[in-house]
Amino acid sequence: MADADVIPIGSGGRPGRGSGRRTTPSAAARALAGPGGRGKKKGRGDEGADTGAERSAAGRRAGETPVEPVGAVPDVDGPEAPAAFDFAGLETAVRGLFGEDGERRVAEWLAFLRRRLTGEYELDEFGYDSDLTDQVLLPMLRPMVEKWFRVEVRGIENIPTDGSALIVANHSGTMPLDGLVTQVVVADHTGRPLRTLAADLVFQTPFVGELSRKGGATLANNDDAERLLRQGNLVGVWPEGFKGLGKPFAERYKLQRFGRGGFVSAAMRTGVPIVPCSIVGAEEIYPLVGNIASLARLLGVPYIPITPFFPLLGPLGLIPLPSKWLIEFGEPIRTDDFPDGAADDPMLVFNVTDQVRETIQQTLYTLLMQRRSVFF
Amino acid sequence: MVTGVSRDAGARCARRLAEDPSIGTVLGVDVVPPRAELGRVRFVRADIRNPVIAKVIAAEDVDTVVHTGVVATPGSAGGRSSMKEINVIGTMQLLAACQKAPGVAKLVVKSSTTVYGAGARDPAMFTEEMAPRAIHHHGLSKDAVEVEGYVRGFARRRPDVCVSTLRMANWIGPKTDSPITRYFAMPVVPTVFGYDARLQFLHEDDGVEAIHHATVNDLPGTFNLAGDGVLSLSQAIRRLGRPTLRLPSFTASSTAAAVRRARLADFSPDQITFLTYGRGVDTTRMRTEFGFEPKYSTAEAFDDFRRSLGTGAMSRVSSLLSAGLGALRG
Repeated sequence: MADADVIPIGSGGRPGRGSGRRTTPSAAARALAGPGGRGKKKGRGDEGADTGAERSAAGRRAGETPVEPVGAVPDVDGPEAPAAFDFAGLETAVRGLFGEDGERRVAEWLAFLRRRLTGEYELDEFGYDSDLTDQVLLPMLRPMVEKWFRVEVRGIENIPTDGSALIVANHSGTMPLDGLVTQVVVADHTGRPLRTLAADLVFQTPFVGELSRKGGATLANNDDAERLLRQGNLVGVWPEGFKGLGKPFAERYKLQRFGRGGFVSAAMRTGVPIVPCSIVGAEEIYPLVGNIASLARLLGVPYIPITPFFPLLGPLGLIPLPSKWLIEFGEPIRTDDFPDGAADDPMLVFNVTDQVRETIQQTLYTLLMQRRSVFF
Repeated sequence: MVTGVSRDAGARCARRLAEDPSIGTVLGVDVVPPRAELGRVRFVRADIRNPVIAKVIAAEDVDTVVHTGVVATPGSAGGRSSMKEINVIGTMQLLAACQKAPGVAKLVVKSSTTVYGAGARDPAMFTEEMAPRAIHHHGLSKDAVEVEGYVRGFARRRPDVCVSTLRMANWIGPKTDSPITRYFAMPVVPTVFGYDARLQFLHEDDGVEAIHHATVNDLPGTFNLAGDGVLSLSQAIRRLGRPTLRLPSFTASSTAAAVRRARLADFSPDQITFLTYGRGVDTTRMRTEFGFEPKYSTAEAFDDFRRSLGTGAMSRVSSLLSAGLGALRG
């Protein structure tokens, strides 16, 4: 079938070459698609195999791919039905390829894609796009969390099922992957989105800033933190900031200073519990052995990391090492029984900050003792 | 007395005030006569940059001054220096005249949320007390900050006058003609690559109502006014069904210059940063203290504006998708 179509489309009058190029993917696709794939519309056979194998590849790409066949239909059926789309044919073809369940999924993708194209989705005032996050961002990160880092979660019951809480965690790993992983873990285990507080550098960077905002992050300052907490959100904060993220590998699992304790005063003002969260494994993903300080100053970033593989292996060095992660959420620390004005008492704020810091540090040591090896 | 009635927003505010039977006489002041029909409004040709305005206030025994005469676009005012002259010197002269007039009991100033600036370090929502993080040294943003400074000075010197400053989000609607509406009306909408601004809009009808509300009630203070919710820039353009052209940020100013030369829209640098980072304002005080409820949310105001434009190229793609979806759902 493919041969018959390809020759008139034209391969410079050399049918042999043209058909050779076209048959290779279609044969592979036919083999992958199994008995359902009838060789008609190969593009869809291809995608069907992909999506069946791994739903997480979904994301935006997969959301878009079902459209290609829609566009491709008139090309393939061009000679027979030039004008209108054969939607009944499309339906049977989709059902044939993906089965009943697959058809529903394709319909979901189409609906998602239509929402994206028409802009019929809601943003909250921080720019959080729950539609995009649930359909694209989290599914894209999920394989990293489940397959690559094999994250083991403990103490998830310490996160309240309703009402707001401030999750305070240690920061490490050169790149803030621990933030993304925690976001996925909290979303998957509690069904509630984790709203993270990010550094201003994030929002100055193109794409990163845009995606972080859509993924639920906002600028780490007291105004935004208190606003999120008052609205009943789970808020995640990494108070060590770049000091924790960019510390040398030799100092791994040694907590840095916890900022100025702004997160504690935000929790006190709103009376929400603080949930300490200890993340083990993130330190080993990019072991930071050096820093190109002069270049970092030039570019206006806190550091340019040197790891055993970066920049030695170039882009390959950007692949994080597959360490085994443990994330433990500790007992919530209540802040609603402090007297009024406690948030403006620096001594009290420092005490609570230290208490949170100590809890995380102790849990880190316990988890490290229990860990058998870095990678397993 | 309403200033700036030659332009659409001022004219509509003046008309709305004139419709209210509880208000005696409405004077419209501007340098050029308004093109729009003003109804019961009495037009007085006077320049607020000139001390003559003091004589008008004294002669007509004005008790309420509504200042809508802040110009947003340099093009319409005949250049940036002229725009600054109207905005800053005009406000100074007007306030100086009001200070000398014992009869003036109320001042309503139509300001803008551009006083907060726009930048990466901004909080998600600005409340009235927050100071701008990214200060602009040019354009409407700077003018608006200076105008508000003079208004605060006036309020200090004349504590008996009720001064309301209304920081309004961008007006939008079928009748509004502003840089923002022209921007969205472009056939291909350029945006800054890698950024997606959060936008808030205020429907033009709500804006006019808010001016009226502030004029007939005694509500001293500064208030943010905006429709509920936010739209991201990409979302807004998608809702219009127009294709987007994403350009890197270093080309933004040259693009703006090209757009200006093509007479499609008029952009100042502070509007480019606004369309890069966006801005959100907190409207709690609008409800609690100001007691005003906008009829349109941001998205509804934008939809109303969208209906006044034609459909774009991308709408066809989505209608195709809907048809495909219908077939699949059987």
